[in-house]
Amino acid sequence: MTETIAHPPESAGPGNKPVPPAESSRGPVTWLPTLVETLAAIVIALVLGALLVALSDPDTVETLPYLFSYPADFFSAAFDAVWSSYSALVQGSVGSWNRISTTLERSAPLICAGLGVSLAFRAGLFNIGAQGQMAVGFLVAGFIGFTYDLPPGLHTLVALAGGILGGALWGGIAGFLKARTGAHEVITTIMLNYLAVSILLYALGKEAFQREGSDNRQSPPVADSATFGSVADTHLGVLLAFAAAVGVWWLLERSTIGFEMRAVGANPEASRTAGMNVAKVFTLAMVVAGALAGLAGTMQVLGDQASISPTLAGTIGFDAITVALLGRATPLGTVLAGLLFGALSVGGVAMQASAGTPKELAAVLQALIVLFVAAPALVRGLTRQRATGGGSTVMAKGWGG
Amino acid sequence: MKKTARIAAVAAIAALSLSACGERPSDEPADTGSASESPSESESSPAAEEIDFKACMVSDSGGFDDKSFNQTSHDGLEAAAQNLGVQTGEVESQSDSEYGDNISALVDEGCNSVTTVGFLLGDATLEAAKANPDVDFSIVDFAYDKAPKNLKGLVFNTGEPSFQAGYLAAAASETGTVGTFGGLNIPTVTAFMEGFRLGVEHYNEQEGGDVKVLGWDGKDGSFTDDFEDKTKGQQVAEQMIGQGADIIFPVAGPAGLGGLQAAKDNNVKGIWVDTDGCVSTEYCDVLLTSVMKGMDVAVEEAITSSVNEEFNSELFVGTLENGGVGLAEVSDDVDPAVVEKLDELEQQIIAGELKVG
Repeated sequence: MTETIAHPPESAGPGNKPVPPAESSRGPVTWLPTLVETLAAIVIALVLGALLVALSDPDTVETLPYLFSYPADFFSAAFDAVWSSYSALVQGSVGSWNRISTTLERSAPLICAGLGVSLAFRAGLFNIGAQGQMAVGFLVAGFIGFTYDLPPGLHTLVALAGGILGGALWGGIAGFLKARTGAHEVITTIMLNYLAVSILLYALGKEAFQREGSDNRQSPPVADSATFGSVADTHLGVLLAFAAAVGVWWLLERSTIGFEMRAVGANPEASRTAGMNVAKVFTLAMVVAGALAGLAGTMQVLGDQASISPTLAGTIGFDAITVALLGRATPLGTVLAGLLFGALSVGGVAMQASAGTPKELAAVLQALIVLFVAAPALVRGLTRQRATGGGSTVMAKGWGG
Repeated sequence: MKKTARIAAVAAIAALSLSACGERPSDEPADTGSASESPSESESSPAAEEIDFKACMVSDSGGFDDKSFNQTSHDGLEAAAQNLGVQTGEVESQSDSEYGDNISALVDEGCNSVTTVGFLLGDATLEAAKANPDVDFSIVDFAYDKAPKNLKGLVFNTGEPSFQAGYLAAAASETGTVGTFGGLNIPTVTAFMEGFRLGVEHYNEQEGGDVKVLGWDGKDGSFTDDFEDKTKGQQVAEQMIGQGADIIFPVAGPAGLGGLQAAKDNNVKGIWVDTDGCVSTEYCDVLLTSVMKGMDVAVEEAITSSVNEEFNSELFVGTLENGGVGLAEVSDDVDPAVVEKLDELEQQIIAGELKVG
């Protein structure tokens, strides 16, 4: 990546043509090892997961005391347990079109929120706030969705725009604070998460957000006219997620501001010296990151006539961080990681439903995969940075090697 | 090379010796070569014979280990497996957007009955019930205005036993102040608090007392806004105790445990909710009694009726009369005259002579 840094600083100035990225940096030679490493991590995690499945299966445990006399018992029981769990995982996530569409729908918010985290990473910001940005996003989108009566299409657009703006505002606050006061974004985004949840609870306690004749903290479902609409049982928000990924790729790799973000992410001091407005870049990066998380939030309500409730976001905002890490903070990587996590989430349900495997196992698999991907890369990233001292590589290179 | 050989040798010896000492293949499989399948002791408890019926359950995002309504409902499913011999399937939800998918995953698994837990699943359950008329659905803590034939709501008049609990608290209070707090300002929580408040008022009217209730005024009150965080419950309870309350009635699931901890620390009393606190918590010595919400009983009954093909969509309302709700055994510290009075109240409530919220 030294080529990128070697670009003359004036290329970042306003009005200039976007910097063409160094072609070689994304050539097969650099990303192939990453891919192999990631696949290896997934395989190792699956093997360890199999061990856990086997050892948590009562039939298998029963054979353990006489493992050495009748090892066949143990292995057949273990194999049965692992086979039924993993086949349920695969069947449940990609076994039929219906399942694939569920997986896609589950992945879409993960991808969007993950892109937000990735983008912030590239600008050198650790965005923990996707959860809160999502909450604000679906609060606004949902409110527009169930309160107003607009023609279909327009209603969706307005609600979508509202959700994205809400998320962008929430992310922007953290970016602005960082840019103006130097307040660390990790702290501010975590605090903004709490704030968003409190606002959500407060809003859901008000008549305007509640169903008629009910005091439950649950909003009415959004109007049909505000939903995304669907093709072949899959709502079109999924397409938006992929479009967002392309957009982020273009922004990061082809646009001036994207170049500035990467430069600031690599070395804010040098970027400032080079004449870039670091404060503006920080703010803008968080605005875009928040907008992406807000988009993820809209998918939770506009995808399927859903209603707002305090726990609507689940843990997606935090899973998004893992998705971004696993995706090495690149758009393509984030999409793939999001799909993987979506499949694990949907398949995890099938594992519970048909094989009786505890839901924690899907979570453990996710955690193991990320552990194996992130840990060696993290260590390498740290050592490299120390070795070069100046930190002349962008964040993503540090993560990916 | 030598090293590998050595390790292999050690491993072989270990395997041999371990197989010798592990020589306890369960019971009798005797010879029959390596024909695995040792008919190991099948079931330890005398469970009912397995029948061809699958009862399933979906939790809300709290999960089945929430020490609260998901868990109690799940106990009902387990009881059904034990007593009826049904097979079970279950899915824990992680986010509110998953409910529809999770219910249909279970339907796809061939469940004959599906029980969902919590009002948040109301829409998803209704939709699934309409789409799958052959499956019996029941939902804990939710009532529909018009339910399809295969959908049953299970709700509970928790105000009734809470009324008794309020009376008991007022009678047992020495400072003349009692406190209650909830997890969230939602009807399933405030029903307890309102019953409690009315019970205290009833005591004041009957006995000419002047016992005050902290934390609930009939419309709004103290809430932790969280069902998980014990420290929040503890803080709220500490505040109330600081204001003179000597009986604490937390209606906040596991967060309420913090309330009982505060009661213990300050040497005051508490009343637990949902389950018998003397069984489910370690705070039995500070408890006067518990307001029990028989979700397990209701769930098991719904499954039973589905197995017997007697399922109907009539709303189940747990009351003192049908035992769907009730008061746990009252602590020995309480004046027997008050306990008698509680029984009297129960009769009056069943007879409809008292307004319990």
